[in-house]
Amino acid sequence: MSQHTKRSVCARNRTVFLSFFTSNTPLCPTASSTRTASALPLRGKVLTVDTMNANVKKVDYAVRGPIVQRAVQIEKELKEGVKKPFEEVIKANIGDAHAMGQRPITFFRQVIALCTYPQLLDDNKFPEDAKNRARRILQSCGGNSIGAYTTSQGIDCVRHDVASYIQRRDGGIPSDPDNIYLTTGASDGIVTILKLLTAGEGRTRTGVMISIPQYPLYSASIAELGAVQINYYLNEEKCWSLDISELQRSLHAAREHCNPRVLCIINPGNPTGQVQSRQCIEDVIRFAAKENLFLMADEVYQDNVYAEGCEFHSFKKVLFEMGPEYSSKVELASFHSTSKCYMGECGFRGGYMEVINMDPEVKAQLTKLVSVRLCPPAPGQALMDLVVNSPQPGEPSYQTFMKERTAVLSALAEKAKLTEEILNTVPGISCNPVQGAMYSFPRITLPERAINEAKAKGQAPDMFYCMKLLEESGICLVPGSGFGQREGTYHFRMTILPPTDKLKIMLNKLKEFHQKFTQQYS
Amino acid sequence: MYRLQSLAARSLIAGALDHCTPLTLTSLTGVRHKSQGPSVEKCGQMRFLTAEAKASAGRLDGKMREKTLTMDTLNPQVKAVEYAVRGPIVLKAGEIERYLEEGGTKPFSEVIKANIGDAHAMGQQPITFLRQVVALCTFPELMDSPSFPEDAKWRARRILQGCGGHSLGSYSASPGVECIRKDIAAYIEQRDEGVPSDWENIYLTTGASDGIMTILRLLVSGKDSSRTGVMIPIPQYPLYSAAISEMDAVQVNYYLDEDNCWALDINELHRAYQAAKQHCQPRVICIINPGNPTGQVQSKKCIEEVLHFAYEENLFVMSDEVYQDNVYAPDCQFHSFKKVLYEMGPEYFSSVELVSFHSTSKGYTGECGFRGGYMEVINMDPEVKAQLVKLLSVRLCPPLAGQAAMDVIVNPPQPEEHTFKQFHQEKSSVLGALAEKAKLTEQILNAVPGIKCNPVQGAMYAFPRIFIPPKAVEEAKALGMQPDMLYCLRLLEETGICVVPGSGFGQKDRTYHFRMTILPSIEKLNVLLGKVRDFHISFLKEYSGLE
Repeated sequence: MSQHTKRSVCARNRTVFLSFFTSNTPLCPTASSTRTASALPLRGKVLTVDTMNANVKKVDYAVRGPIVQRAVQIEKELKEGVKKPFEEVIKANIGDAHAMGQRPITFFRQVIALCTYPQLLDDNKFPEDAKNRARRILQSCGGNSIGAYTTSQGIDCVRHDVASYIQRRDGGIPSDPDNIYLTTGASDGIVTILKLLTAGEGRTRTGVMISIPQYPLYSASIAELGAVQINYYLNEEKCWSLDISELQRSLHAAREHCNPRVLCIINPGNPTGQVQSRQCIEDVIRFAAKENLFLMADEVYQDNVYAEGCEFHSFKKVLFEMGPEYSSKVELASFHSTSKCYMGECGFRGGYMEVINMDPEVKAQLTKLVSVRLCPPAPGQALMDLVVNSPQPGEPSYQTFMKERTAVLSALAEKAKLTEEILNTVPGISCNPVQGAMYSFPRITLPERAINEAKAKGQAPDMFYCMKLLEESGICLVPGSGFGQREGTYHFRMTILPPTDKLKIMLNKLKEFHQKFTQQYS
Repeated sequence: MYRLQSLAARSLIAGALDHCTPLTLTSLTGVRHKSQGPSVEKCGQMRFLTAEAKASAGRLDGKMREKTLTMDTLNPQVKAVEYAVRGPIVLKAGEIERYLEEGGTKPFSEVIKANIGDAHAMGQQPITFLRQVVALCTFPELMDSPSFPEDAKWRARRILQGCGGHSLGSYSASPGVECIRKDIAAYIEQRDEGVPSDWENIYLTTGASDGIMTILRLLVSGKDSSRTGVMIPIPQYPLYSAAISEMDAVQVNYYLDEDNCWALDINELHRAYQAAKQHCQPRVICIINPGNPTGQVQSKKCIEEVLHFAYEENLFVMSDEVYQDNVYAPDCQFHSFKKVLYEMGPEYFSSVELVSFHSTSKGYTGECGFRGGYMEVINMDPEVKAQLVKLLSVRLCPPLAGQAAMDVIVNPPQPEEHTFKQFHQEKSSVLGALAEKAKLTEQILNAVPGIKCNPVQGAMYAFPRIFIPPKAVEEAKALGMQPDMLYCLRLLEETGICVVPGSGFGQKDRTYHFRMTILPSIEKLNVLLGKVRDFHISFLKEYSGLE
């Protein structure tokens, strides 16, 4: 900013300003400004890419990256009547269930509508169990309004409900409402915990171990916070399973240049769809205990398990089953959200985290930090409450609720299978079973010529592939390079969320495209 | 000494210090850092001692696993954050509330939380129309219900059409739902009498706080003397100081002129800027208008001067205008920075970088829980704008219900519409009551000896100056507490009224204040102010009289 020129203008009177614009002559100087009567170069911008926060520049978030921006552009072009070889853009880049046509769970929306507009409590079209829940939530809100700020940690009764849900889910292992923090989606909680953990300079800077492939929220937050990203690779040959010796390898390598303090796990996996075995979770916990790592378990897909023989095990439960030696020591934060599972309520930005064994002083710091943002959105908190306190047998809404829930989950299971099957029939595509979560992350073989052409363009080869796919078929996927992958391998992530008919069409288009692409470049 | 012991023995101080030990102690030490040099050392020593003690304990039991995350290994910037509006005094208030609920007795029957601008919690009723639209968006089956007005249905349909899968449950684009951004731009244009607003400059946010943090995050860079300095008013809304600490930027204070109704003095801006240039690079100036906690409404001339100053000194302007609808004083009017900038001519409006913030939480709607808000960015470098969009996209999107609420605020019922009458009546009754309460607060407080309160021209708070007797000041210092913190804790303990000490907002040395909202209902506010008066008088007596 040193190059900027100071000018003096009397700010008293607008006509003076106007004459200033026309004459370009400095006028009466104000009290302390210095007068420079030289030629007037343009006032430079304060904020440019050169002067902005360098960490922000390093942030990358492929799920909403350039390919998605292009998809939005194409959508606009289609609207304006531009001819394309397809009629609509299918956005399979993000796990956005409702955008893909999934219907909201009626009961949830009834309760939120009741909370929003309590006059509806007199409407006999709303079932009693919905009204009861709405009343209970409102009683816990300031002035009985969802428009009041909640405590920063989240509405009291919601935190209690979350704790009893966790306790039920984990077969009775106790959960303390004081350890529950409601969040603005899981992302918010993850960023907050990483923020607490990031400290040190140079070789003592906090290192964060993340899986590769990973959900790019992690790499983005690490970049923004200026922490050190430590990659551990999932084993694609073994259905993306996590290998302890790989954890060990990456930790040792990282200790050379940073202070690894955190281990992040996504289970069920995003983008890789694997569901961790109980044994594997135990090994991870033992590893974390031995190496003094803070564990972050991203369990937002906990209800999305499809493969037979797979089951969701929470890190919390396994930790406590390993006995007090572990359960009283290992620091763990686990995350959940309203955006995934069978509800797919992304827009409400609801979520929670449970923190275990956090130092009480640090917990007070956490509470202080979240208080600056005042509170997570109250409708999202209400929705989170319903997820953990859903209709019970005997309640009027139970049957409808179960029917809707089961329909969503079984359709997802079917689509997971379908996706895997169709993709694996394409020569040059190989896809691990989608055991859980909402994505398939197939490996694609790209011809040498295509790789070279991409590199010549300065593009990652799978970005080149996905861009072409988008331009030719309207299908929007995210290239594997946005999630990280072993060098020389290429992938893409696609959601399995479109309705079955649409998914079939999409997979077939993909198949044709891949064959054509391979031919063209061989 | 006797006095000190007796005070410490009183539950108020003891309770405040031990029940929320970590938070209270750290934030108090934080305060101490700033005001008293010597105790920093002491505090550092203490930390060293505890660390050493821990280490030796670890040695005794070789297997003991140290926590990964402790006060010693925590992000130091997080440690530095302070946010008084929800600080120790509010934690203490929560504690007392629970104590009362469990049947405990106090000299009062309820805690009145006047610490925060939370209208609904104070009994303000939501605007019917806004809630109707959001309920319709949430549960579209209600579109068939005859009890909802057509204009509400029409708006809900329009919003849903802008949502993926026509559901409030889908992610929106990261800058927000397109049709809402367009409505906001149209609203701004209308508000600013035709000054153009481009919808692509509008970004929906999760409350205004989120937008303010995001913009500051873009701006903070450099090391040492080139580190970004952020000019903020003192007194300020502590979101600013908290965000600055969290990002390790440099806080540059400019003092508002209390004797001149908290007006902003351009000479003071120059002074603050010149002084700061010695050790950092001031790049941003933040303005809160109408003022929080100070309630002043800036004159147009003053805004022109600020913009000219920013132009001259190459500063990025952040104008926090969340109280734009909360102007009560008859001789005051809200002028948006954007409008004034444009009226200053192209030299200014084509170069000064400005971001202005608005929210659903204040105004006449008071919808804090929805976390709705927007910002308009003017003259932002296009490449930086792309970086902004990228940064926002990591958090996916602001809550949709909040976006919908924001839409209703910028696109309210029009005179020819069905619901206009009811809407208008609800809106004016809220704003009318606020104006009355603003006046009432000022009058009653000014009648108390030792309290002096500027007119509450706008926003939602009074920030009166209080005289604290030297003896009370000494006692507070001996307790390692700010004098106004001691005052507010006593007020809470004795009357159940929760207000925030001025030290949490910043104030001139040796002046003391508190912030209280004017939001309680008139009857309650009368009671509250009466209690404050009685308390203040007895406090003065206690500390001025002889032992």
